[in-house]
Amino acid sequence: MSVYLDHAATTPIFDVAVKAMTDALTKVGNPSSLHTEGRSTRKDVEDARDLIAKAVGCLASEVIFTGSGTEADNAAIKGLFWKSGKKIIAISAIEHHAVLDPARWLVEHEGAELIEIPVSKNGELDLDYLKDLVAKRGSEIALISVMHSNNETGVIQPIAEVVKIAGSIPVHTDAVQSFTKTPLSYKELGVTSMALSAHKVGGPHGIGALILQRAYEIPALLHGGGQEREIRSGTLNAPAIVAFAAAAASKIYEASKVQELRERFEAGLLSSAPSAYINGVDAKRLPGISNVTFPGTQSDSLLLLMDSMKVSCSTGAACSAGVHRPSHVLLAMGHNEVSAQSSLRFSLGANSTTADVDFALSVLPTVIERGRAANQK
Amino acid sequence: MKIIAAMSGGVDSAVAAARAVEAGHEVIGVHLALAANPQKYRSGARGCCTIEDSHDARRAADKIGIPFYIWDMAEEFHEGVVENFLAEYAAGRTPNPCLRCNEKIKFAAVLDRAKAMGFDGVATGHYARTQIGPMGKTLHRAVDPLKDQSYVLAVLTTEQINGAIFPLGDTEKVDIRIEAEARGLAVAQKPDSHDICFVPSGDNAGWLRDRLGSEVGPIVDNAGNKIGEHKGAYTYTIGQRKGLGLTIPTTDGSPRFVLKIEPVTNTVVVGAREELAVSKLIGEKTIWCGPAVDEKPLRGFAQVRAHGAALDCTYYFDGTQLVAELDKPLLGIANGQALVIYDGDRVVGSATICESA
Repeated sequence: MSVYLDHAATTPIFDVAVKAMTDALTKVGNPSSLHTEGRSTRKDVEDARDLIAKAVGCLASEVIFTGSGTEADNAAIKGLFWKSGKKIIAISAIEHHAVLDPARWLVEHEGAELIEIPVSKNGELDLDYLKDLVAKRGSEIALISVMHSNNETGVIQPIAEVVKIAGSIPVHTDAVQSFTKTPLSYKELGVTSMALSAHKVGGPHGIGALILQRAYEIPALLHGGGQEREIRSGTLNAPAIVAFAAAAASKIYEASKVQELRERFEAGLLSSAPSAYINGVDAKRLPGISNVTFPGTQSDSLLLLMDSMKVSCSTGAACSAGVHRPSHVLLAMGHNEVSAQSSLRFSLGANSTTADVDFALSVLPTVIERGRAANQK
Repeated sequence: MKIIAAMSGGVDSAVAAARAVEAGHEVIGVHLALAANPQKYRSGARGCCTIEDSHDARRAADKIGIPFYIWDMAEEFHEGVVENFLAEYAAGRTPNPCLRCNEKIKFAAVLDRAKAMGFDGVATGHYARTQIGPMGKTLHRAVDPLKDQSYVLAVLTTEQINGAIFPLGDTEKVDIRIEAEARGLAVAQKPDSHDICFVPSGDNAGWLRDRLGSEVGPIVDNAGNKIGEHKGAYTYTIGQRKGLGLTIPTTDGSPRFVLKIEPVTNTVVVGAREELAVSKLIGEKTIWCGPAVDEKPLRGFAQVRAHGAALDCTYYFDGTQLVAELDKPLLGIANGQALVIYDGDRVVGSATICESA
């Protein structure tokens, strides 16, 4: 058998999404056209928008479809920065590159000042640091961005508290990993903007959404036909949008079931590899992510060995050349470069089974043994 | 066997991997990321670990149908190859970094790691052959004399040779390109890499100057008379004639050549062409690619450059150093060059030249 334990990277598309997408692919009609076909496609898109809005607890008019979660993050970070006219971008030290890199780009090209808010050993945001920062330099802060949960460790961040501390400062949250996995309400959190992605929730690749407060306008990245509140021009990708909505509304993902599997996995892992430890274990985490450090190994060796034994997992972070670098997330949690590069991320999804977990556990001892041997060379 | 195919993104290693699969091995493709900050694109024929190269390697692995990974060996490469290269030049020697890379990276770091992970060996696209005979597994020249790379592999011990697979040694380069084309490998017409991969500009002297500084020093003749100035002694090569910038001519008008580089005094010594001639080469740090040689003189061939001629010689090992006495004198030998001894087409071993006369 082969076992897929990289659902945080992407998870298999749900049948309901395939059906919605293939049906939509056979239809003609640009949702911006005024005739019968156009109106029909537009209705599909707006029905989908309603479903997404309901699933994430926002108004339909607050949903802006984008080409990816990364695009939604870029639109928010750059847009909120440009709108504010202020200088400081405050982000958590564990943001995904989709937030980190546009922020760094603004530093390099637009004179922004980037402040990274540290996290604890458990990977939770240091709220006292943020309080202090807002008290001292609040009037200079353009935006605060803290992810709802971390993609490498699954640790859930205190966004409601961040919003409280921020006061009138706009807050963006990357909720790509959290959506459908843990309770998430745009309205209740009170953030200014939020990023979502379809392929993490059983939808297709190439579609995401920026949730942005009604009537809160930001400069656009893409200019053109004026779609999506003139914040994201471009013909709406109707087939992907309806599939995204079908997946998001499906309730196929059962958090309690996934969490039970993860607990089984972690218990088995710790009993067969006593020196291993789970990163963020004492924090509130997403149900499906387990980030494990195996001292005395190198994660790229482990990944190759797992892969050759038909278990797919992740080293957490990879650069464009595919070279494994120490994860900035683990470094921020107090790891050194060596231990950060001795870690693997296992992530379970809606269709994961007990058999998957047991199979992965069965190959681990050999993998760890060989991984340790390779590391001593 | 279960083997790792080292894939640079070039045509040779791609065909080598494909042949290894056809030979019945279970093959996994690995691209070695050797540059700490890889460039996005190749420029000309230099460099071999840009992001574009790793992409080419990945696409070749896709075509062949094997798993593919990238191993980050940038740190090992920097310590074992680049720093060694700089230290050798700083000491007035002329190193060959390709030998060091084979010795420290491809058939050490990679092979060791592969074995620990349960693999039996490493296949590369080097043009060389191995044979199994009474002496065990031995290293031999490739059939294509123009592409033969046994010289840069002469740093492999018997144990390393046992774990090495060279699927291309029996074929000429021109046929490898045809074969790559027939296999549908996109890299079939990719230019060969030349020069030093970590000096992408190809300007070795400038690269060295940037790292070692360019302290001005004297250029002197054999009698010690200063006849000019240089900008960094290590940017000169033994036997170099051009670019010396000398304005005082010799009495008979004959050209001058670099004879010696003295790093301690930062002096470059020049003289007549005849003074470059040597017929005895002495090497240290000897590595045997098969059975060790003793003090009994043997007839064979010496080679001192990657694509240099095979020179008739008598060789022996005096207990600490490898000595080659050449039948005909040779011009322009620098300390630091590798002396490789052949018995016919078999590689006997190698040493780093530390003295010549």
